[in-house]
Amino acid sequence: MDIKSMKNYLYWLYCQFELITCSYLMEPWEKLLFYTFNITMLVMVFYTAYIFVPVHISTAFQFFLHLLGNQHENTVSVLK
Amino acid sequence: INHIVHNGGLYKRPFNEAFEETPMLVAVLTYVGYGVLTLFGYLRDFMRQWKIEKCQNATEREEQKDFVPLYQDFENFYNRNLYMRIRDSWNRPICSVPGAKVDMMERVSHDYNWTFTYTGRVIKDIINMGSYNYLGFAQKAGTCQEAAAKVLSQYGAGVCSTRQEMGNLDKHEELEKLVARFLGVESAMAYGMGFATNSMNIPALVGKGCLILSDELNHASLVLGARLSGATIRIFKHNNMQSLEKLLKDAIVHGQPRTRRPWKKILILVEGIYSMEGSIVRLPEVIALKKKYKSYLYLDEAHSIGALGPSGRGVVEYFGLNPEDVDVMMGTFTKSFGAAGGYIGGKKELIDYLRTYSHSAVYATSLSPPVVEQIITSMKCIMGEDGTTVGKARVQQLAENTRYFRRRLKEMGFIIYGNEDSPVVPLMLYMPAKIGAFGREMLKRNIGVVVVGFPATPIIESRARFCLSAAHTKEMLDTALKEINEVGDLLQLKYSRHRLVPLLDRPFDETTYEETED
Repeated sequence: MDIKSMKNYLYWLYCQFELITCSYLMEPWEKLLFYTFNITMLVMVFYTAYIFVPVHISTAFQFFLHLLGNQHENTVSVLK
Repeated sequence: INHIVHNGGLYKRPFNEAFEETPMLVAVLTYVGYGVLTLFGYLRDFMRQWKIEKCQNATEREEQKDFVPLYQDFENFYNRNLYMRIRDSWNRPICSVPGAKVDMMERVSHDYNWTFTYTGRVIKDIINMGSYNYLGFAQKAGTCQEAAAKVLSQYGAGVCSTRQEMGNLDKHEELEKLVARFLGVESAMAYGMGFATNSMNIPALVGKGCLILSDELNHASLVLGARLSGATIRIFKHNNMQSLEKLLKDAIVHGQPRTRRPWKKILILVEGIYSMEGSIVRLPEVIALKKKYKSYLYLDEAHSIGALGPSGRGVVEYFGLNPEDVDVMMGTFTKSFGAAGGYIGGKKELIDYLRTYSHSAVYATSLSPPVVEQIITSMKCIMGEDGTTVGKARVQQLAENTRYFRRRLKEMGFIIYGNEDSPVVPLMLYMPAKIGAFGREMLKRNIGVVVVGFPATPIIESRARFCLSAAHTKEMLDTALKEINEVGDLLQLKYSRHRLVPLLDRPFDETTYEETED
């Protein structure tokens, strides 16, 4: 029962997407072209994110750690 | 939302008009939709140019390809790429009298709306929310029909002449006396076509050296008449009295553009109800301004005659004003009287002048006798002179229907433009795909609506326009409201951010604003 209402909800969401981007009005080959373009763009964006985001986050993390880490060493040497 | 009062007590009743602002997200998404369609439009035009796709719209001939292009402007681009996709919501063929319910021929298109074929089936009893049938006189049986049939057998169908030559029948004289009595003016004149009344008589009234101040959203007939007259035209913002006063002051102070001479005449063109917005003109303020600056007023009551006012005499009676304050009262018989044609009412000297100098009187065929009889019978019915209270009941039924329908739609959460008392109800749709979807979904549920898009409205403000009628019973309105609610949920049309608490049975006046939640 939950699966059915979930499927209906997803279908309704798809209808809203169709209405907003006006693919409701397009002929089938135009829809194919439009969806292919969109899905290609999305796949490229996700692939780039997959490759680059961990590297960026770890570099940023190391940068901030380095900044705070230097301060920590300085304070430690003063206390000593 | 405007209250009364801050203009010196000119209004005797609350003036509730609201135009809710477009939500930002909706505006952005509408532009996104139009952007996608424009890109696909360019692609299709490219394919048509390079013969990859068959070109089904009008183009220039081969020999004329080097001339100035005819179909390159935005209107034609819009027509072949956007309008064609949703064209099945317009020009639907009906096959019965367009009363409260109408029959329609079903049609399908196999090549995406370039051509239509009839399936042969007739869709019966569609609730008609699109006809300007305000008082329900679009009937095929009843006193009006019997009287018109009798006159048809007596006078025939055609007049075959203009008013000034052989086309002035005694029926026309009777009609004009009746119209003058109905409006409360000295004299009136009737013409064969409502559009022609405006476009042919404004040039007879004003000419070069005169000034026309016309509202932003005036109808095409008024604009055409103003342009044909040769007078200088200045536009003031829609229903905005400060803008009108500023223009009047500038006109009186500075006079004509180069010579600084005073203007020969200043004519203010307004309409009673604006049919695309559902707003009512601020007539008390316009009349006060007109008197202060000594200009003339031309009031086009096409939609408001018969539909407003306690006894259906139009917007002048609605505000409780004197009909003699309006210099030229124009109206049409198409909407509330179920006939065709237009009239102009005013002082006797004015109408006598128009009988001689109006282009329509000299060159256009006069009204056909059965049509005149329909107008006479329906007008007598509204005035109560046929001995029944049918007319009064219809006017009251229309007012009740209007208030009920508007209140229920606002409670559901739709954005509705216009004044609380106008029987024209525009429901905002905004996105181009929803225009086509709304028309089709409502037809599937057996309700016929009129959806309006770009050239008639600004490009992002497309709307569905409901015209209420005294012939709609409460059950019909309830059915229609239920279906509109369903379609509104399906298409996500409930954009309004002012949620009204549902009222019990009080009329919507200024004391209910405390119940509005934002």
